[in-house]
Amino acid sequence: MEEKNDGKNRLVDFSMNNGSEKAFKAIGIVSLILPLSFLFILIIDTAADGIPRLNWNFLTSFPSRFPEKAGILSALVGSIYLIGLTAFIAIPLGIGAAIYLEEYARNNWFTSLIEINISNLAGVPSIIYGLLGLGLFVRFMGLGRSLIAGALTLSLLLLPMIIMAARESLKMVPLELREAAYALGADKWMVIRKVVLPLGLPGILTGIILSMARAIGETAPLITIGALTYVAFLPKSLTSPFTALPIQIFNWISRPQKGFHVNAAAGILVLLTVMLLMNALAIWLRMRLQKRNI
Amino acid sequence: MKEDHRDSLEFDFSGIRPEEAIISTKDLHAWFHNNLVLKGISLSIARGKVTAIIGPSGCGKSTFIRTLNRMHELVPGARLRGHVFFDGQDIYSPGVNPIMVRRKIGMVFQKPNPFPMMSIKQNVVSGFLLQGIRTDQIDEKVEYYLRLAALWDEVKDDLGKPASSLSGGQQQRLCIARALAIEPSVLLMDEPCSALDPIATAKIEDLIHSLRGRYTIVIVTHNMQQAARVADYTAFFYLGKVIEYNRTEILFKNPAKSHTEDYITGRFG
Repeated sequence: MEEKNDGKNRLVDFSMNNGSEKAFKAIGIVSLILPLSFLFILIIDTAADGIPRLNWNFLTSFPSRFPEKAGILSALVGSIYLIGLTAFIAIPLGIGAAIYLEEYARNNWFTSLIEINISNLAGVPSIIYGLLGLGLFVRFMGLGRSLIAGALTLSLLLLPMIIMAARESLKMVPLELREAAYALGADKWMVIRKVVLPLGLPGILTGIILSMARAIGETAPLITIGALTYVAFLPKSLTSPFTALPIQIFNWISRPQKGFHVNAAAGILVLLTVMLLMNALAIWLRMRLQKRNI
Repeated sequence: MKEDHRDSLEFDFSGIRPEEAIISTKDLHAWFHNNLVLKGISLSIARGKVTAIIGPSGCGKSTFIRTLNRMHELVPGARLRGHVFFDGQDIYSPGVNPIMVRRKIGMVFQKPNPFPMMSIKQNVVSGFLLQGIRTDQIDEKVEYYLRLAALWDEVKDDLGKPASSLSGGQQQRLCIARALAIEPSVLLMDEPCSALDPIATAKIEDLIHSLRGRYTIVIVTHNMQQAARVADYTAFFYLGKVIEYNRTEILFKNPAKSHTEDYITGRFG
């Protein structure tokens, strides 16, 4: 005889109405969609203004008094140089500092003091770094309003972020893998070089991507140290005056003519593209490293 | 007639003569911060034999073998007093570099821990890489040590695959191959089968049997049957002390101390 289960004479009720979970899911979706849609509208609006202006001439021309002739060559090249130089300074310093703090430093009050200061520095407004750069690099060290002064200032700004991100990823490397390496007769430096760094690298790279993305959009510290707003030449050396994309955009937006506003929108699109390209490069690098690591 | 040692302070009935010992500890104390975990261990490990360390959780058995190759001191807050002699030389005397000690006394851990960023082949020779030693005949060495660890037939076609593609038991045998490749005299095994199923455990035990004689093995285990199956000598640890140390068959069949008897018959632990 087959027992029929029509659902009416159930002994145990397995149904459950978990309304709170559904509500939480809904809140989660809304808080994802809301900011994303603002961002999307912003990008669409900018794209609508800027795309007609985007052409080869815009990318290869120097700024001009006439909006239709003005281009962003000096700002684009300036930004690329600036970011490259900043990365060159800040990445090795940041990773080195993180390795020291995470692997070598003794756990004492001095280390704690440094740690607290680094996390505080990550929260300091960028204009303060600009003022520091102005006082230290531009005036005291006599570097002037140069590319290298800008890169050094941005490096200061990024260092706390890179150090913290790198420390976090070094911390994530499992203790048992370090122990495995020590048990094979490795010294500390070999353990760091062959085990800890390769395993921590993807995380470190993520931190670097984020900080570089921030650096390319930074305006305030560059204006503070006196980056120029009208540059009709390309930087020739480390001590050349320079401009950068956000400064150029800022400059165009503050003009009364409508044509410059269109230029600013196009400039924003270029800036976003550079940023996306940088991120894509870093993600590709990270994936390659992870593949090699496996 | 059996002597009654129930109340005597004596614990070492192993009969290991000094010249037979490859490692001997003297009055070894170990701390984690202010917590004393080893309370004066004096024990000799016989050369070429398998020695099991048994005892309930927290008795200090893992800490003990970690002091034998200076791994104990890697844990923050770890301290130590006493002596560990390896071939007559105190490995805790000031001039000794712990790195060189670990090259003579290898270790296999509780959880299989092959390097995830390396292939099976690279894992076997990772000791050379980590010691900064250039080595030739890598393929021959890889095959030799994988055969020694009874893993070769299972992985010979997948040497380039990541170590993480292996099963837990295979990973543990890979870790043994890796430890053997640096040619230590002693292999310390810290509960090497506790994360493995019975079949994988049996393979590791067979492996231990095949390595006997050529290597000195010290194995920590909470599995008393395992100790009885693989070990020549067994030490019973309790609360940071050695309660009894004897030839395995005597310790299990005819323990001298009531404490040992209670533990091996499952009355506590």
